[in-house]
Parts: sequence; C-alpha cells; structure tokens
Amino acid sequence: MHPIISVSNLSKTYASGFQALKNVDLEIRAGEIFALLGPNGAGKTTLISIICGIVRASEGRVLADGYDIVKDYRAARSKIGLVPQELTTDAFETVWATVSFSRGLFGKPPNPPLVERVLKDLSLWEKKDNKIITLSGGMKRRVLIAKALAHEPQILFLDEPTAGVDVELRQDMWRLVRELRDTGVTIILTTHYIEEAEEMADRIGVINKGEIVLVEEKAELMRKLGRKRLILHLQNPLASVPQSLADHRLELSAHGSELIYTYDTQGERTGITALLADLDRAGIRFKDLETEQSSLEEIFVSLVRERS
Amino acid sequence: MNLYAVRSIYLFEMARTWRTLLQSIVSPVISTSLYFVVFGSAIGSRIDAIDGVDYGAFIVPGLIMLSLLTQSISNAAFGIYFPRFTGTIFEILSAPVSYLEIVLSYVGAAATKSILLGLIILATASLFVPLTIVHPVWMLLFLVLTAVTFSLFGFIIGIWADSFEKLQFVPMLVVTPLTFLGGSFYAIDMLPPFWRTVSLFNPVVYLVSGFRWSFFGTADVAIGVSLAMTLVFLGICLAVVAWIFRTGYRLKN
Ligand SMILES: Nc1ncnc2c1ncn2[C@@H]1O[C@H](COP(=O)(O)OP(=O)(O)OP(=O)(O)O)[C@@H](O)[C@H]1O
Ligand SMILES: [Mg+2]
Repeated sequence: MHPIISVSNLSKTYASGFQALKNVDLEIRAGEIFALLGPNGAGKTTLISIICGIVRASEGRVLADGYDIVKDYRAARSKIGLVPQELTTDAFETVWATVSFSRGLFGKPPNPPLVERVLKDLSLWEKKDNKIITLSGGMKRRVLIAKALAHEPQILFLDEPTAGVDVELRQDMWRLVRELRDTGVTIILTTHYIEEAEEMADRIGVINKGEIVLVEEKAELMRKLGRKRLILHLQNPLASVPQSLADHRLELSAHGSELIYTYDTQGERTGITALLADLDRAGIRFKDLETEQSSLEEIFVSLVRERS
Repeated sequence: MNLYAVRSIYLFEMARTWRTLLQSIVSPVISTSLYFVVFGSAIGSRIDAIDGVDYGAFIVPGLIMLSLLTQSISNAAFGIYFPRFTGTIFEILSAPVSYLEIVLSYVGAAATKSILLGLIILATASLFVPLTIVHPVWMLLFLVLTAVTFSLFGFIIGIWADSFEKLQFVPMLVVTPLTFLGGSFYAIDMLPPFWRTVSLFNPVVYLVSGFRWSFFGTADVAIGVSLAMTLVFLGICLAVVAWIFRTGYRLKN
C-alpha cells in the first residue's frame, strides 16, 4: 500500500537564514495515528505548515495521497484538514458561520446536517449562534477542529491539540480522534507529551533540530521500554563480578557497591529468582534493592541530548 | 474553478460590510454631503459654471471618484490585511483555492462595496443638485472599472503593509492628495500651463475626467485616453498581484 503522505528530502530555510528542517524523509501510512514528538522549536509546525501549503519548502517534495502538494495543490489540499497550534479564529463570526465558511472554502457544497453533526460531536451545538469572541479558549480550539472537519478531510493534522485543554476535553478529543481513525481518517498529531503519544499513536516519530531522529511502531517502542533494571545496593563493595554469577550478565557500578541486572518484563521468565538464589550461594548480601523502567521519556531525552 | 470557495470568501467579506454598515456606508455619505454644503452651496454659489455645467453639478463626478478611490483601497487593503494580522489567513492558504480565486473574491467584494457606495453618493448628490447623465452606460463602466482597479491596488497595499500605519499611509498620504489635485473640484484648464502639464502625470486626472465626461459629455482629456489610462493602471495592478502570488511575497514564509 502506498503511503498517504510521503515527504522526501524536505528542507526549509527561513528568510532569516535559519534552517528549520534538514532533509526530512517521512512516510505516513493510510489510516494510522501518527504522533510527531519533539521539543520546542524542533520543526513540527514548520513540517506541517509545508505539507498544508502555508509555508514554502526550500527543497524536497511532498505527496499527499499521491498528489504533489505544489503541482496538484487542489487535489492534495482538498484531502487535508488542519487544526493549527495557535488559536487563530475570526472574532465576530458565529460558530455556525465560520464552520460553514470552511466547508465552502474547501470546495464542498453546503451541508447543514453535516455541520450540525460536527458541532454536536464537539459539544458546540448550543454555541452555534454565539460569536467566536465570546467563547473560552477550549471552545475556540474545538471550533478550529470543527472547521478542519467541515470538509470531511481524509488526512487530519492536529498541531498540539491538547495545549491549554482541560482533562475532560482532552479525553473527548481522544475519543473523537479514535472515532475518526475508525472511519478511515489518517491523523497526524504533534505533542510535547509522551503519555499522549503513548496513549494515542500507532506510530511515533521524534523530531529534533529539524531532523527526524526516530520513527517506530509504538508497540516496538513499548517492547524496548519493557526492559527493566534491578539494582542491588551491596553491603560490601565488590572488586569484580564473581565468576559464579557470570551467567546473569550483571553490571557492577558505583565503585562496586551496586549490581545491576537487566531483564525483560515481557519474557517468559525474568530470572530474578535464580539470580537471588545464586547471590545467596555466593554469600553476597545487599542492603536495598530497586527496579527501574526506562520510559519513552528517557529514550526521548537521550535521543534529543545525543544530537545536541 | 472552486466556485464554492469564491462564494464563501465573497459572502464572508460582504458580511463584514453589513456588520460595519455604519462605518462603511454612512460615514462616506455624511462626508460627501458636507462637501456639497461647503463646496457646492457655500463656495460654489460664487463660482461660475464650468463648460456650461453648474459648479454644484460639476463636482459630483469628482466627489464620487474621491470616495470610490479611497473606499476601494481601504476596503480591499483591510480585507486582506486583517486575516494576515490575526493569522486566520492560514486557512485560505491551506485551502484548495487558486490565487485567481482569492483575488477574485476579495477584490470582488471590495469593489461591490465601493460601487454600492458610489451609487449611494450619486443618489445623495441628486438631492442637492439636479443631475442628468449623458452616457449612463459609460458612467457605470467607469464606476466598475475604477472600483475594480483600485480594489486591486488596495489588495496590494494590504499585502505589502506590515502595520496598521502603513495600511493607512497610502490612502491618506498618496491617494487623497492625488484626488484633490486630480481635478475633482476644478477643470484642469483652470490651472496655469505649468501645473496643467504636471497634472497630466496624475493618474487620477484621467479617471475623474473620463467619469465627468460620462456625466456631461465634456472632459479635460479625450475619453479614449482616459479609458486607456484606466486600463493601463488596471494592467499594472494585475501584474503586481500575479507577481505577489508567484513569489508568495508577504503571504508565505
Ligand atoms: N517565520 C519564521 N522565520 C524564521 N524562523 C522561524 C519562523 N517560523 C519558525 N521559525 C523557527 O523554526 C524553528 C522551528 O519552528 P517550529 O514552529 O516548526 O517548531 P515546533 O516544533 O512547532 O515548536 P513548538 O513545539 O514550540 O511549537 C524554530 O527555531 C523557530 O524559531
Ligand atoms: Mg509548533
């Protein structure tokens, strides 16, 4: 199956001379939820803006559902909906008018029942005749989502959809995103929050300083995350790991006062019981023990650090 | 052609007009009426008829042009500047619309508004002075052509401006003087020869002259020249707009 979005060799240098994207290659699969994770200024918004036609690429090309976003911009753009990071809405329009406007703008004939459904899905129905300026920030965010959905896009970009959104709305939003995915919409979202990517995404991409540093199935990432470390604080420091414990592939650290055992929580057996029995037999005593799990957060931070 | 998009933007812009009805329509009507009271009645009563046209009637085409020009420019400039300023332009840029469609809808709405305005001023003027229009079809043609041309000009200003000051700068400091010096209130022939020559470099002279010809059948410059100059200016504006969109100037990073 060909990817629904294919970004190849994409670079962007702003007029200021700042290079925000460096030879980015990325493929998004049809029907998936893809989370783009990265620190402030990593280039997430720049990447999305180029795909949506708001920013011009300096180099490289992007295909959306097989259409070149520059040459076949009409076909490409009519498939895409964008919820921007900033709360940019008109002020004096009503909710109903602005959502209907978006539908027309994307070349679709008026369809009041559809607009009604979108507004109801986003709990905006009671506000349909209110001017946008009278809405709260969270409601404005929902209006932006409604606008993006008004033309029934096949691909939906959500640029930090949960910034400044309360827990309840966040959950509503995730429910909506899943429902959309179930109807076949491909969703690309950016976030700073690892839990969010963890909870929602099928695949996760990490971007830092304009470069994609990792793209992985979430399940695969989680498997990597499934590794745990058991740390034993020894009563008496060791100079080296005794020969009798060699099978356990232990590491010695903190000047010989800690033994570290790495194991897979998802494996058949962890080997902890055997290790403890062998330690006892070797006469090694410990005063404390702890376990550690490397989180996506850690992987993320170490990836981001590595590059800087 | 994405007609739904053109319709959406056009109606959006017109909705803005109705919302700001007072500012859009009423204030130009009031200021025009004031011009009539001052120039037409108070001063005009002491000025002889020009080319056989009573002074009160003589200034009508110029007054309409004055409003048409400033309103076309400021409507169109504001219409495109505001979404740039608030950031809502992102939606237009991300939509499957061509540049032609964007220009057509924004400029179309601005021109519609100023044409309506011109007609309202004409109606207001006819309350003050008896008016006959010799070439009504030409009158409408000049009205539309001028509205479209200067709405395009305003659109360019709205894209070029990066502050509200700049947005006001051109209409205030360039267009108003050019209009006042463009024969709105006098015939070019009334000027000394040197200034008469200088006036011929003022594009507004041709607009006012052509427009006045459609009213009274007399003009400072030949009607063909007036029409040609208007079309030249329209062509220049179209070329600049085409360049803006080709390069993404001030619209896309
Ligand atoms: N118009 C611009 N001109 C110059 N530099 C820009 C422009 N827009 C963005 N940048 C720079 O490009 C880099 C990437 O910005 P971008 O908005 O894509 O980051 P981001 O990953 O979306 O960050 P955040 O998480 O804060 O939203 C930043 O260093 C930013 O300063
Ligand atoms: Mg961003």
